[in-house]
Amino acid sequence: MLGTIRALGAAVLALAGAATALPAAHAQQPAQQSPAANTVEVIRSRGTLVCGVNTGLAGFGAPDAQGRFQGFDVDYCRALAAALLGDAERVRYVPLTAQQRFTALQSGEVDVLYRNTTWSFSRDTSLGFDFPAINFYDGQGFMVKVSTGVQSASELQGATVCVQPGTTTEQNLADWARANNMQIRPVVIERMEEAVGAYIAGRCDVYTTDVSGLASTRAAQGPRSEEHRILPEVISKEPLGPVVRQGDPRFRDIVAWTHFALVAAEELGITRENVERAAQSDPRPEVQRLLGRTGDLGQMVGLPNDWALRAIKAVGNYGEVFERNLGPLGIQRGPNRLWTQGGLQYAPPFR
Amino acid sequence: MAPADTTARVRLDTAVARVPGEASAPRSPPATAVGPLAWLRGNLFSSWLSTAVTLLLAYLIVRWTIGFVEWAFVNAIWEVPHNQTQACREIKGVGACWAVVTEKHRFILFGTYPFEEHWRPALVVLLFVGLYVVSALRRFWRKELVMIWAGVLTLIGILMWGGNTAPGLLRQPYEQVLALVLLAGAGFAYRHGRIGVALPSALIVYALLAWAGPVLDMPYVSQERWGGLPITLILATFGLAFAFPLAILVALGRRSELPAIRMLCVLYVELIRGVPLISLLFMASVMFPLFLPEGMNIDKLLRAQIAIILFAGAYLAEVVRGGLQALPRGQYEAADALGLTYWQKTGLIVLPQALRLVIPPLVNTFIGFFKDTSLVLIIGIFDLLTAGKTAIIEPAWQGFGVEVYIFVGLIYFMFCYAMSKYSQNLEAELNRHRRR
Repeated sequence: MLGTIRALGAAVLALAGAATALPAAHAQQPAQQSPAANTVEVIRSRGTLVCGVNTGLAGFGAPDAQGRFQGFDVDYCRALAAALLGDAERVRYVPLTAQQRFTALQSGEVDVLYRNTTWSFSRDTSLGFDFPAINFYDGQGFMVKVSTGVQSASELQGATVCVQPGTTTEQNLADWARANNMQIRPVVIERMEEAVGAYIAGRCDVYTTDVSGLASTRAAQGPRSEEHRILPEVISKEPLGPVVRQGDPRFRDIVAWTHFALVAAEELGITRENVERAAQSDPRPEVQRLLGRTGDLGQMVGLPNDWALRAIKAVGNYGEVFERNLGPLGIQRGPNRLWTQGGLQYAPPFR
Repeated sequence: MAPADTTARVRLDTAVARVPGEASAPRSPPATAVGPLAWLRGNLFSSWLSTAVTLLLAYLIVRWTIGFVEWAFVNAIWEVPHNQTQACREIKGVGACWAVVTEKHRFILFGTYPFEEHWRPALVVLLFVGLYVVSALRRFWRKELVMIWAGVLTLIGILMWGGNTAPGLLRQPYEQVLALVLLAGAGFAYRHGRIGVALPSALIVYALLAWAGPVLDMPYVSQERWGGLPITLILATFGLAFAFPLAILVALGRRSELPAIRMLCVLYVELIRGVPLISLLFMASVMFPLFLPEGMNIDKLLRAQIAIILFAGAYLAEVVRGGLQALPRGQYEAADALGLTYWQKTGLIVLPQALRLVIPPLVNTFIGFFKDTSLVLIIGIFDLLTAGKTAIIEPAWQGFGVEVYIFVGLIYFMFCYAMSKYSQNLEAELNRHRRR
C-alpha cells in the first residue's frame, strides 16, 4: 500500500513539475524550509513568521472586508513577529481547517499554530507537539431563551439541545448527561449558523458550544440578545493556546514568554500607549527588566533585549488584545481575568 | 419529414371537400381554435381540474414573485455606514440586506488578496473570460490558439504572483517602447500566420513581461493570499484543460490491445472514481506533505489542483470512452483499410466523431467540476464560495447568508449557464449532418 502511495506521489510530483514549469519560472517562490530544530533561525533567514490561523472564527482569526486577518490569535502572531523580527507586519498567515492544522505544523508548512487549539493530553504527548502557554480559557456552556425560565443546567431534564457533530462538544454533552443522569435529546446540525438558526427558530430549547461561541452568538442578536441567557455551568475545560513542534525548546520558550510578557504588561499597567514612556521612566525593577532597560532577559532567549517592548508596542497588553478582539463579541473576561482579579491568567516572574 | 406529410394531406382533403363553384379562398379558423386563446384553452383550462391547478399555480407564482420583488428590491437596504447593521437587522425577513454584498463584494470576489492590489485578480478574471470567449469562437480554432492559451495563462501567473526580484529591465522609457513594438510585432506576425516570426517575438515579449514586475510595481503575493473568483477560475480552467487530454489518453488506453496499458488505465479510473473528491483533496493536502522529503513543500493550491485534475480526468475518460464505443466498427475498419497509422486513425477519424457524440455528457461533467472546485474549502483555500461564507463570519454581518449566497450563486450560474448555452449551439452546429 505504501509503495502504491509512493508511486502515486512520484507520479503526482512529475505532473506537478510539468504544471509548475511555466509559472514557477516567474514566481519567486519563497524557499520553503524544512521543519528544522532551530525554528528561530529559519524564521530569521526567511524574514517572515508563518502563522497557522483559523480560516474564519469571529474574534479569533478571520479576514475582514479588506481580506486582512484580524483577531485574538492573529494579534498573538503579530506580537511574536514583533518579538522575533522587530516588525509585526512580517507574518504570513496560512488559514487552516481543523483537520489540516496538525499536519501543517508537523510538515513545517507553518512555524506555529495560533488556531484556538485545545491543549489535551493526547495532543501534547502523542502528536509531537508542545503547548507553550494558554492564552484563552474556554469551556462548554449552554444558552437558553430567557422566556423558558431556566436558570441552571440542572433544570435541563428532557430538553432538546442543538449541537454540532464531530466535535468534542457533542461528546462532552453526552458525557455530562450521563454523569448527571439526565435525559437530553441532541439535535445534531453540521454548520454553526444553521445550528444557531435552529435554536433561534425554536427547534431546540438549548444551544451548546464553547462559552466564547455562545457569547458571540448572543451578541450577534443585537437588541434581541437580552432574550437569551448563558447558563452559569461550564461542563468542560477548553484551554486554548499556541502549538509548536516538539524538540525546539528555544522557540517554545519564546512563544510562551511572549504570552507571559503580554500578561505581565497588563498586570504592571503597561499599555500600547505608555510602553515607550514606561521603558524610559518607570522605576519599577520588573518593568525595567521586562522592557529590556536593565538585565539581559532577551539575550537569554537569543533575542534583543527590547523584544517584549516591541511585542507590547505592536498589540498592547493581554487585556487590550482581549478587549479589542473579543470585547465587541460580548465575551466577558471570566476565567481569563488576571490572577490578581480572581482569574487564571498568571505570568511567572520576569527575572 | 412529418410536417411535410401533414401539409400534403391537408391539401388533399381540402381538394376533396371543396364544393364546385364556391370561392376557394381559405377561411381562417374560429378564434377559439387557433392563437394564444386556443393554446390556453387546450393546455391550461381544458377541464375543471386543470383550471383549478392553473389558477392555484398562477396565484402562487404571482404571490411568490411579488414577495421576492418586495424582499429583494422594494424593501431592500443597499448600503449602510461602516459595519452599522442595525437597520438591516430591523428589516430582517421583510427586506434583503444587500449592504452585506456592497460592503464585502471585494472580499467575496478576491478573498484575502492584498486590498490595494485587487486590480490584478480583477484583470485575471477578465483575462479568463476573454480566453473563454476567444476559445469559443470557431474562427480561432487554429494551432495558434495553444499559443494564446500559453501566453494568457503565463500572464495570469505573473499577475497573480507579481514579484520584484528581477533586475531593472524595462525601467528605461526606450525599453518600454521597445517592448510595445515587439508586442505589436508579435500580434502582427500572429495575424499573418507567420509562426516562425510570432514565436520568437512572443517569447521576447513574454520574457520582458516577466521582468516587468518592478515597472508595473507588482509586489509578490504568495499563494495563501489568493482567493475568490480567480481561485475558482484557476482551479476549473487548469483542472479541465489538463484533465481533458489526460482523459482522452486514458480512454484510448482503456481500449488498447496492450494488456499492461489497459490494466493501468482501468486501475487509474477505478481507483480515482472509487473515492470521493473530498478524500482526494484531503490526501493531497494532509497526507501528501508527509511523503515528501524534508524541506520540500509543494504549494497547497497546486496540490489541490492536481487532485482535481486526476479526479476530473477519470470521469472525463469514461465519458470519452462512451463516445469511442458508440462509433460503428466500420469506421475503424475503414480507417485501417486506408492504411492510416494508429494516431492518424485516432486523430482524423475516431476522435472527431467520438467527441462530437459526447458533447452533452462532457459539458455536464465540465459544469459539475466547475462547481466541485468549491470543495477546496475543506483544505482552507478561499475560493468564491468559501470567501462568501467567510464574509458573513464577522459578528456585525452574521445572519445575512441568504444575500451572500444569492450573489455567489448568480456568479456560478452565469458561468455554468454560459457553458451550457454554448454547448447547445456547438452540438447543433457540429451535428448538423445528422439532423433530418
